[in-house]
Amino acid sequence: MKKILLLIVLSFLFLFQINAQDDTDLLSMLDEEETIDYTSAAFKTNRVINLHSLENTARGVLDFKISHRFGFINGGAYELFGLDNATIRLGFDYGLTNNFQIGIGRSGFEKTYDGYMKYRLLRQSTGKRRMPITLSVLAATAIRGQKWTRDEVEYPFFARFNYTYQLILGRKFSDNFSMQLSPTVVHRNLVVTRTEKNDVFALGIAMRQRITRRLALNVEYIYVLPDQIAPGLKHSLSVGCDIETGGHVFQLHFTNSTAMNEKGFIAETTGDWLKGGIRFGFNVSRVFTIVKPKIID
Amino acid sequence: MKNLIVVLLIAFIVPALSAQGKYFTKEGKISFFSDAPMEKIEAHNRKANSVLDPATGKMEWSVLVKAFQFDKALMQEHFNENYMESDKFPKAVFKGVIQDHDKIDWKKDGVHNVKVRGTMEIHGVTKDVVADGKIAIKGTSISAQSDLTVAVSDYEIKIPAVVKDNIAKTVKIDIKADYAPLVK
Repeated sequence: MKKILLLIVLSFLFLFQINAQDDTDLLSMLDEEETIDYTSAAFKTNRVINLHSLENTARGVLDFKISHRFGFINGGAYELFGLDNATIRLGFDYGLTNNFQIGIGRSGFEKTYDGYMKYRLLRQSTGKRRMPITLSVLAATAIRGQKWTRDEVEYPFFARFNYTYQLILGRKFSDNFSMQLSPTVVHRNLVVTRTEKNDVFALGIAMRQRITRRLALNVEYIYVLPDQIAPGLKHSLSVGCDIETGGHVFQLHFTNSTAMNEKGFIAETTGDWLKGGIRFGFNVSRVFTIVKPKIID
Repeated sequence: MKNLIVVLLIAFIVPALSAQGKYFTKEGKISFFSDAPMEKIEAHNRKANSVLDPATGKMEWSVLVKAFQFDKALMQEHFNENYMESDKFPKAVFKGVIQDHDKIDWKKDGVHNVKVRGTMEIHGVTKDVVADGKIAIKGTSISAQSDLTVAVSDYEIKIPAVVKDNIAKTVKIDIKADYAPLVK
């Protein structure tokens, strides 16, 4: 009797095991290795509008940027609402590594040459390594090329130099919404009046809201701490959209800033939004792959 | 008593056999090619997971969409962001059965032309798929290879009009795996 019982039990056991084997999801038999999943595309390009964004140009990629800012809209129909005038910046951004980017540019405004380095210290990620934010540091120099207006004064060469140091800290909160803060110091070797400070402390805030897969709305505002810039100057406020088509990103925007380098748009913005001191502008970005990434075998 | 021994033998050996008889890889290679009038695009993934069970002919694949590598970084970003929506649908999965798998002698070296029938899940959409392929058996390793064509629209991946000459409506997918015995 015992034997028979044992036999029945074992038979069931055996049947059960076979069934268990058949029902198993084969893939679940493999232990999956967890990978680091970096958050990408918090912003469409490495600039929000004027400010540097959380994004870096990828390693081996050259990003050619053509940027325009037209005249003030309150110039009216006579100036075709600003379209008669334009100031331009041509720039190149290049990714030396995925986290280290350099760039140069030339602006028509004050015939300025600029150069910068941007390094990403922390990169937002999930999976094996969880990092809630991205943190980058930016150092930029701008050199005025324009001749001084007063011939009788002899300006030293270093008077042409301006420096910007900036932290860029932010997060892609969802597929659609990203936000960043940019605490900034701008140092100007030469200021025009005694009321202006050589060092200007500012805080930029920028947001992106995606409307469709290929269209995003951007807003950036730069708060400058009081009593640092000349009276009558304004804080930079820009609103725009990014439109993406394959290899190009078109950024169309309205801004009260003229210059396209940090010293200019942070410390020398003249336009008043409330009085129509707004310019239409655009950045066009075209990327070229200089060094192809290695396919990891 | 004899019965008991037989049952015991079966009970212990059969399940053990069926667990050991499976094959796996974590380095399956999947490449895809889009050949449009304006642009040729290819991407490679060398980290596909796959398990093969010769006893039942079952074959399953799973691949992380973000692990596809492109020549152009921006293209890779667009692939994940705009087309595959990889944050929402991180994996592509294939589950199928090798037709007439019982006609293959898995213990003998040889090359067999096979047909695999199953379901493919890409971009959250599951479709029935039939693919022709080759199975090569050599010693304790099995290699499999196949190529198939997939219509992008089948998986509800939208191609905007502006890039319709840059992205092909159908993409060719190459699949390769070298399986090793799965030891559990």
